[in-house]
Amino acid sequence: MSQLLLVAILLALSAIAYQLGRRRALALDNVNGGRTRLHSRPSHYAVLTMLWCLFPPMLVFTVWSVVDTHVITGLLVQDLPAEFQMLPMAHLELVVNDIRNLAQGNIAAHADDPTIQAATGHYQQLLQINRFAKSVVMLLAATAGLAIGWRLISPHLRARVHTERIVNLFLISCAALAILTTIGILLSVLFEAMRFFQTVPVTSFLFGLEWSPQTALRDDQIGSSGAFGAVPLFAGTFLISAIAMMVAVPIGLLSAIYLAEYASRRLRSIAKPLLEILAGIPTVVYGFFAALTLAPLVRQISEAAGIEAASESALAAGLVMGIMIIPFVSSLSDDVITAVPQAMRDGSYAMGATHSETILRVIIPAALPGIVGSILLAVSRAIGETMIVVMAAGLSANLTANPFAAVTTVTVQIVTLLVGDQEFDSPKTLAAFALGLVLFLLTLTLNVIALYVVRKYREQYD
Amino acid sequence: MNTLSEDLLISRRIGLSISTEDLDAAEVAETNRDTVGDYTVFDPKITARDVNVFYGTKQAICGVNLDLGNYEVLAMIGPSGCGKSTFLRCLNRMNDTIAECRVSGKIHLDGENIYHQNIDEVLLRARVGMVFQKPNPFPKSIFENVAYGPRLHGMTRDIGTLWDIVESSLRKAALWDEVKDILEQPGTSLSGGQQQRLCIARAISINPEVILMDEPCSALDPISTAKIEQLIDELREHYSIAIVTHSMQQAARVSQRTAYFHLGDLIEVGATNQIFSDPLHPLTEAYISGRFG
Ligand SMILES: Nc1ncnc2c1ncn2[C@@H]1O[C@H](COP(=O)(O)OP(=O)(O)OP(=O)(O)O)[C@@H](O)[C@H]1O
Ligand SMILES: [Mg+2]
Repeated sequence: MSQLLLVAILLALSAIAYQLGRRRALALDNVNGGRTRLHSRPSHYAVLTMLWCLFPPMLVFTVWSVVDTHVITGLLVQDLPAEFQMLPMAHLELVVNDIRNLAQGNIAAHADDPTIQAATGHYQQLLQINRFAKSVVMLLAATAGLAIGWRLISPHLRARVHTERIVNLFLISCAALAILTTIGILLSVLFEAMRFFQTVPVTSFLFGLEWSPQTALRDDQIGSSGAFGAVPLFAGTFLISAIAMMVAVPIGLLSAIYLAEYASRRLRSIAKPLLEILAGIPTVVYGFFAALTLAPLVRQISEAAGIEAASESALAAGLVMGIMIIPFVSSLSDDVITAVPQAMRDGSYAMGATHSETILRVIIPAALPGIVGSILLAVSRAIGETMIVVMAAGLSANLTANPFAAVTTVTVQIVTLLVGDQEFDSPKTLAAFALGLVLFLLTLTLNVIALYVVRKYREQYD
Repeated sequence: MNTLSEDLLISRRIGLSISTEDLDAAEVAETNRDTVGDYTVFDPKITARDVNVFYGTKQAICGVNLDLGNYEVLAMIGPSGCGKSTFLRCLNRMNDTIAECRVSGKIHLDGENIYHQNIDEVLLRARVGMVFQKPNPFPKSIFENVAYGPRLHGMTRDIGTLWDIVESSLRKAALWDEVKDILEQPGTSLSGGQQQRLCIARAISINPEVILMDEPCSALDPISTAKIEQLIDELREHYSIAIVTHSMQQAARVSQRTAYFHLGDLIEVGATNQIFSDPLHPLTEAYISGRFG
């Protein structure tokens, strides 16, 4: 509640700052009968004053939040009775944790110890003081900022330039955050993968034909050597993705053509969102559907046709995944087809082409880059899909091109590797990072190709 | 004193033009809008009778009668929004591609009603070609742009013949010398004027009988415009041409007959030099002397 109040007060202050800044700028403007030339418009001064008012408390908040836990814990430990302070570090941390839990009303191990209870009271007091002090300092900072900003206003102050620069910095830092996160993820995966490649050679990982990542928990266990050949996993990934694309590309493309070229405007406005719902269904639900409905069906049919089939099959997973990614193809393709200028169609009709000839010979070629882009996007999605495969295609790493056999994919294996109870630096766990790295490079390549295709063959219509 | 329309009647009877110095909007609205001049020709290629066009409930063309003669260039002029494009698009049934557009009346091509239910508008458009205001080459190579029509209509299965068609079309469009070495490059890589000539080459590649041009030079520089005007003059030997233009100089240079449209009505039609030197209708005179439009 008091947090909300604080935010409200800060907002009110900034509104006041805006008004004050504006007034002062206007007043300056009127001095000398309006002949002093302000560098910027009054609203720029107002915004700058507002930023002056908002920025200091935000800075205070950030710094304060970083340090206050340490300070409070330090104070808490200092005030604990001497016998606790003698405890080893790890034990002391447990005690502190207990106190924290107790203070938050959670269950704690030594809730009935009177010293702990006393310390908890003390801790809560500290917290309260901290919160109060933080609010007060933030408000003071806001007021001080306001005052400084207000004082700074003068005809020579280049308020517009400053404001633009501040906004610019803010936007840059947002963009940088996203990029840095990506780089951070990539680096952490890269380092773990390199640790993996210290135990398992890159070549045997990339070209090995056998995947059985069972390593020993203890050294004396038998069968302790795992096989980390990733080829069956990638083969499975490609098999399932290929099946999925065989479903999604024709259906998606044809429905896109129907929606963009033949459907009435009303039908399109209803059908397109409906189609897009397919992409919004949770993959677990698709997984159910694949495992419980489609997989048995596939098995029955294949057995009726005299083909040996496992109860889990690449076909079932691929078909369902294909349905899931139809909207990726159809929705984007529909957009690019609609974006082909009317002038192209008119030109074709005026040559005596029919509607279907126009679509086939002019519109599809013109929209092809976008269509290819949408297909590549769908491929990335198919490669990354996990849940459907776990449920419908099984976990066994078979190296096969038979769509009726059970296969597994890279992402599924990453999941199973990480949910085990292995220690974190065992090759089994680290293998997940290596797989992740290769997968990442794969989808990155696909995306780069997609971008390249789209850019290179993008048609200048005029 | 006579009212304006009485003035008009008199002036039409005695074949004189009256001063329109003080035409204001209200008077324009009251002015008689029956077509002045002879809209028929001795040797018609297309005859349009009592053509009305509606976009939804809005009427864009009101009872227009107009002929296009064989091997002549007919210019259509008039202020923006008066329905020139709309009328032009009736002649090859391009208006069929606009859902809310409705056309009534009779339009005959060589004595055959093109809106008759037995007429295939797709075949009709092969006989009545069209060039648009903005050059719209397909996103294909220059060669493929011109070969599009012949391929579509199965004019030849022989690649040699196809080359001949492409070359002769490009020659007729006065573009061959500029593109003969870059036929594989995309049509969109040409300059605006070249693109428009490419579109003309594309239109004549299937040997239409009539070519409709909707402001073909409005996006072009003076040199390209001059080239295309010369081209139109040459094309008249083989085709009947109807051209919409905003440039009265252009209409005067390329056409034999001129039709002046105003707010959906055909106001005046006649020989081009008569229209420009001696307009009969006050609205025409006001327009060509630049008083509105
Ligand atoms: N697709 C359409 N839907 C609805 N109304 C239209 C459509 N096309 C044209 N109109 C209307 O029909 C009237 C005539 O338009 P048209 O395009 O034929 O004029 P224009 O004489 O060619 O004008 P401009 O010289 O500016 O090209 C205009 O009032 C326009 O608003
Ligand atoms: Mg027009």
